[in-house]
Parts: sequence; structure tokens; C-alpha cells
Amino acid sequence: MIPLTHFLVVSAILFSLSLVGVMLNRKNIILVLMCIELMLLAVNTNFIAFAHYLGDLSGQIFVFFILTVAAAEAAIGLAIVVLLFRNRGSIDVDQMNQLKG
Amino acid sequence: MVMNFIFPDFSAIIPEMIILAFACAALLADLFSPRQQKHLAYLLTQVGLAVAAIVTFVQWGKPTVVTFNYQFISDDISRLLKLFIYLTVFGAFYYSRQYLAQRNIPRGEYYVLGLFSTLGMMLLVSSHSFITLFLGLELLSLPLYAMVALQRDSAIASEAAMKYFVMGAIASGMLLYGMSLLYGASGSLDLALVAKSIIQSSNSQSWMYAFALVFIVAGIAFKFAAAPFHMWAPDVYSGSPSCVTLFLSSAPKVAAFGMALRLLVFALPDLFSQWQQLLMVLALFSIVLGNIFAIAQTNLKRMLAYSSIAHIGYMLLGLIAGTQFGYSASLFYILIYALMALAAFGMIVLLSKAGFEAENIEDFKGLNVRNPWLAFLVMLVMFSMAGIPPTIGFISKFLVLKAVIDVGIVWLAVIAVVFAMIGAFYYLRIVKTMYFDAPADASTLMIGRDMQLVISLNGIALLVLGLFPAGLLQACLTALG
Repeated sequence: MIPLTHFLVVSAILFSLSLVGVMLNRKNIILVLMCIELMLLAVNTNFIAFAHYLGDLSGQIFVFFILTVAAAEAAIGLAIVVLLFRNRGSIDVDQMNQLKG
Repeated sequence: MVMNFIFPDFSAIIPEMIILAFACAALLADLFSPRQQKHLAYLLTQVGLAVAAIVTFVQWGKPTVVTFNYQFISDDISRLLKLFIYLTVFGAFYYSRQYLAQRNIPRGEYYVLGLFSTLGMMLLVSSHSFITLFLGLELLSLPLYAMVALQRDSAIASEAAMKYFVMGAIASGMLLYGMSLLYGASGSLDLALVAKSIIQSSNSQSWMYAFALVFIVAGIAFKFAAAPFHMWAPDVYSGSPSCVTLFLSSAPKVAAFGMALRLLVFALPDLFSQWQQLLMVLALFSIVLGNIFAIAQTNLKRMLAYSSIAHIGYMLLGLIAGTQFGYSASLFYILIYALMALAAFGMIVLLSKAGFEAENIEDFKGLNVRNPWLAFLVMLVMFSMAGIPPTIGFISKFLVLKAVIDVGIVWLAVIAVVFAMIGAFYYLRIVKTMYFDAPADASTLMIGRDMQLVISLNGIALLVLGLFPAGLLQACLTALG
């Protein structure tokens, strides 16, 4: 049987990858959205691993809710990207600098 | 495994059901009503808020109810927070009506999204498990992202929406990661059971609690826009249409306070000494950075965004104190802040006309000549934000400072007071601009009579509450008692 720590390490790696991806990405907003999805998946891995090792179902139920909300979040995120593209003609992260001061 | 089904107590969630029903009704009404009768959605949302407020008020003082299989709690704190959420949302919708009509912003959507967001806030402050807390938070945030982008032809509004969305999603991710670790360490999603399991936890689990706590606090700080997690706030406040800034600067802060209270005070009371230190860093950064950056702003919405960061810092002082009185002082602070933000952004919304946004400090030049009464109200709001007696802002600042001094953290109180004085500079600069600078356009400025009445009530309330704060303070103390 694979010990719990292995799952935790995988999800920690996924989580940090996604955080670094959001911070360092200078090109495309779609990549940011993908990193956000990855972050939620890392959390799901955590929840499922814990739920399995604790023998408790509530963690798995939580994962269903997270998945549903992630879908709604992606829908709104993509809608905003479409809006941005229509107003700007580009979705480069570098050009998100009209607001500052 | 035998599961016994307990029929939930629906009487506890009547306010939520009312808001949900009216939000759906408003959505349909807006869809099917002819173009001339677009105010139907507005009427339905306001009636819904009023009815929910009456029901919540009737529930006030009744015993605590935990229902829906320990998912939902209805206690006096959640009722008090909900009453203020209704009040600020009602005010925000009221002020926005004219602003939306004059610009090409979809009106029905604004009210419907706002009402769904209100439902999320209510669920959030009434949550008794991580599931309801997360769902409430997302239901609060998702409509807000859409509202920021509501002005479809504005490039800066869509940029602000994108920034808000990314930051909000990161905050949710952090919070969820912390929750997953807490779940692993405690074996439960129920806030009360998490609190119980920490007392019995062994040494090997304690690192996990500490690790989870960092993520939870970071998530809360993102939602509050407390420094150093504040980067999104100035951009979102200044980039979104003023009516949306008005909405998202007031009621969501009250709900975020409810979330912080549930997560830190209810679920993790035995990690107090650890989250106290984290909050101290947040409070210190927020007070210092918020007040200093606000000085340099020429855009009023940006300035108020930095001022909100500073106010969140002051609010955190009460939580840092960790006493029953401190929590009540924080609660009092955030409720008053919501009223002040409502008045301040309400004024920006009301002074804006079609094709003209009153969002730069210059636009307030000589307001006293153009409309003395409005200038007086703005002065009251600014005095209250700066914490000058006899306005309520003084009392709320005094209470949180007293709370930290009572537990012996005097150095933090001293820094807070010094920066409150620095902060007074940029609030008083607006008063100076209104009273002593010559206006660029000396024509009289009029706003509608009904709008004038409500903004006057809002402004005067800051003064009257400052003179007679006992009632609200007592409510805050009993809610947490």
C-alpha cells in the first residue's frame, strides 16, 4: 500500500507548481487559468488521500463540490478572458498594466 | 454503516430561502419584463432584502440553532452580520439605480448578481462546516467577478475583473489547501469538531495544524485585502464601475469578517498564540502600507482602496487581542467600516453624472460652493474614517486600541495611533479641497431628492452613532457573549 505521505508530497508539488505558474507566467492568461485549475486539483488529491486513509466519506463529498465550483469558476474566468480580448485585442499578461499608481 | 436521517430545521434558514426566492424571481422578472419596466428586478431585490431583514430581526436573541447535519448555524453573530449585510446591500442598490440607468450597464444583471452574492455572504457567515464555508465564499465571489466586468465596453473594467478573478481564485485555492490539511489532521469537516480535535491532538499532528494555519490565514488575508496580500484592491476598486466598487467595498468585508471569525475563533481557538502572530504581521503591514500609499493617490477610489487596507489592519487589532471584548470591538469596527464605505462610495456614485465620473480628488474642488450640504456629509464621512470625535470612527478605533492595550501589546497600539495620525492627513486633504479650493465649474450640483434623503441618513448616522454608540456596542457584545 502506498503511504499517505506520498500522496501529500505529490499534491504539495502540484500546488507549488501552480502557484509558481501564476506568479512567473508572463505570457498568456489562459496559462494562469490552467494553473488555477491545477491548484484546485492538488487540493482534491489531498482530500481524497485523507478521506481514504481516515476511512471517512465527507472528504470525498467535498471534492465533488470543489469540482463543481471549479467548473463554474473556469466558466467565469474564460468569459472574462473573452471580454478582455474583445476590448484589447490581446490576452498577454504583460499588457495588463493600464491600472496602476 | 447506519445513517439516521434527521429532518433539518428549516426555520433557521428562512432568510436564505427568501433571498434565493427573490433572486430567482428578479432574474425571471428581468428576463420577461418589457424594456420600459426594467425597474421590476430592482423592486424585487429591495423587497427581498427588506423581508429577509424582518425575519432575521425576529430571530435575533433566539437560541443558537445548528441544523442540516451540522452544516449550518444560526446564532446571534450571524444574525447581526446578516442584518448589516442587508443594510449595506440595500444602500448600495439604492445609490446605484441612477448611475446604472445613465450608463450603458445592464441593470437587471447588477441587482440579480448582487443578490446572489448576498446569499453567498449569508451562507458564509452562517457556516458550520468547511463545505458550507467554501460554498458560501464561492457564491459570494463568483457573482462579484462578473459584476466587476459588467461594463462590457470598458477595457480597464475587464482588466480589473481579470485581476480580481485571478487573485480571488488563488485565495480560494490557499484556503482550500489549508482546509484539506486541517481535515487530514482532525478527521472532520465540522468546525466544532475540528476545534475539539485540536485539544486532543498529539505532537506529531501539531506541525500539520501550524502548516495549515499559514494557508488559512493567507486565504483570509487575500479576501480581506490585508497587506501584503493587498495588491489587487487598488486596481479593482479604481478599475470597476463606481456602483460595483460601492457594492464590493462594503458588504463583502462584513462577510469576510464572519469567515475569519468562524475559521480562526471558532475552529482554531487553541492555535490562538500562532495565528495571533500571523495576524500581527498582517495588521502591521496593512496599517503602515495602507496609510502611506493612500497619501500619494490622486484618484479618490484608489485612495479609499488603500484606506480600506488600513482599516482592515485596525480591525485585525481586536482579533489579535484575543479576548471576548477584542472580538466584539473588531465586529463593531467592521460594521462601522461597512457603513462608512457605503457613504463614501455612495457619494462618488451620486456625484457622478452621465459622461462624468467624480472619482478624482480634483473633482471635489469647491464642493462647498456647489452644494454645501453634500460637502458637509462628505466631511462627516472623512472625519469618521480618520477617527475624529464625535463621529463613530473615533469610537470604533478607540475600542480596538483599548482591546490590544488591555492585553499588554502596547507597542502595536502606539504604531497604530501614529499611523492613524498620518492617515488623518489624506482624509483632511479632501475636506480642505472641498472647502478652500476654488471649483473649476461653480454651477450648483443637485442630486435627486430621494437620493439626498438616503445619503443624508447614512452620513448623519455616522454622527448620531458616534454620540450614542451604546446600543450597537451592546449588540456586538451580546452577539459574541
